[in-house]
Amino acid sequence: MSDRRDIVRYTAGTRINHWIVAISFVLLALSGLALFHPALFWLTNLFGGGVWTRVLHPFIGLVMLFAFVFLAAKMWNDNRMQERDWRWLRQARDVVNNREENLPDVGRYNAGQKLLFWTIVLCLIGLLLSGIVIWRVYFSMVFPIWLIRFASLLHAVSAFVLICSIIVHIYAAIWVKGSVKAMTRGTVTPGWAWKHHRAWFREMSKGREPK
Amino acid sequence: MALQSLDIVRRSATTLPSPEVRGAHTGQVAKLIDVTKCIGCKACQVACMEWNDLRDEIGTCTGHYDNPPDLSEHSWTLMRFAEYENPNGNLEWLIRKDGCMHCADPGCLKACPSPGAIVQYANGIVDFHEENCIGCGYCVTGCPFDVPRISKKDKKAYKCTLCSDRVAVGLEPACVKTCPTGAIVFGTKDDMKQHAAERIEDLKSRGFDQAGLYDPAGVGGTHVMYVLHHADQPMLYSGLPENPKISAMVGLWKGVSKPLALLAIVATAFAGFLHYVGIGPNETDEKDEEAARRELEKTS
Repeated sequence: MSDRRDIVRYTAGTRINHWIVAISFVLLALSGLALFHPALFWLTNLFGGGVWTRVLHPFIGLVMLFAFVFLAAKMWNDNRMQERDWRWLRQARDVVNNREENLPDVGRYNAGQKLLFWTIVLCLIGLLLSGIVIWRVYFSMVFPIWLIRFASLLHAVSAFVLICSIIVHIYAAIWVKGSVKAMTRGTVTPGWAWKHHRAWFREMSKGREPK
Repeated sequence: MALQSLDIVRRSATTLPSPEVRGAHTGQVAKLIDVTKCIGCKACQVACMEWNDLRDEIGTCTGHYDNPPDLSEHSWTLMRFAEYENPNGNLEWLIRKDGCMHCADPGCLKACPSPGAIVQYANGIVDFHEENCIGCGYCVTGCPFDVPRISKKDKKAYKCTLCSDRVAVGLEPACVKTCPTGAIVFGTKDDMKQHAAERIEDLKSRGFDQAGLYDPAGVGGTHVMYVLHHADQPMLYSGLPENPKISAMVGLWKGVSKPLALLAIVATAFAGFLHYVGIGPNETDEKDEEAARRELEKTS
């Protein structure tokens, strides 16, 4: 049930942008894992076979990267680490045990979300650069073999870190109730904002009329 | 040819053993290339083209004898010509027939993500099954000898098969059959080593103190071996690697990291599940909404 008092957290544009990134990520993770471990090669069936998986994967990667640039530009400033974020991280025990009352006030994003953001940025840079080097059809011929080998390893490592991070990201959305709606319908309740992102809640409430 | 599948001991991207009831009871095979006997006639290249029905593009002269200039999807073997001025001031023409070395521990097979696109037979031959090839080029990344080539037309990987079709029916590879000087011989690996030892002894008696066999241990030995006059400097022979082995980066990428990474991904998801079950979700209740309402009223 939507409430007239709900606070807008993500505009429709940002939501669509996020889901383009998210869907591309899922397709990339499935196709990438298919080529990473033999036990998962059957996942190539989802993409029309091994050859199609090999063909499609890098193009989907470009879609994800392109979409992520806009998302990141929008979120960049809100993800700068601040003094209170480091305090928040030191109290990780309170975080996982749902004792938010002990934690410092949180802005638009908490320290966990910020770290995730920078992890994604780093991983995507690594994936893009290494992905170009190992894109055999168009680019590999211009790179020396040692670089191709290094890029193959870097691509796998970055993808591994990214997949684990996104699992944490997805779990956090399931864990903190009310979060999913922020990314599907765009709004959160005032209570949600007050509880999880109090500094942001205060910022938002300054500029709005109570109803 | 279907029964040949029983001779396969390793398949790419396959974690369980292949049917391997048959063994290579007559011994593993090897091709021995005696570089010291090679006259650079390129008959082996022609025989390879003929038997395998391959026709490379007619290129242009690049200023040296190598023709075509490099291995390709259509040229599975290539004579590489190197001019070497030895310490006595004499010129030596070192001609090496390049192509797949058929490693006992093949980097291509290790790197390949597609089940059964690369196989190793009990007799030691490493073969590509192009119908399973997805064209990713990981075999190129994995090969310590820079052998596989991806076709520009069908994007599949190709290389020397050691004429696995001929060998399977008791014939020697086409290049061996045609070699006019007997520089290329074929047989069991043991026999070839013995033959090489005789050749090396002969070479040493003729002043080539460093003559030796090239059967690099770093890749578990190879099923294509060379007799070299300068076995201490294989690089002289158009860059034949001195101690080839599967790159540590490929080993890491395609070795332990695969099961460990998969395990860590599953563990991460499972940790989330345990957290949900053990500690539970973080919910917003009416008290929070009430607190928010109070604060909103305060600021107004």
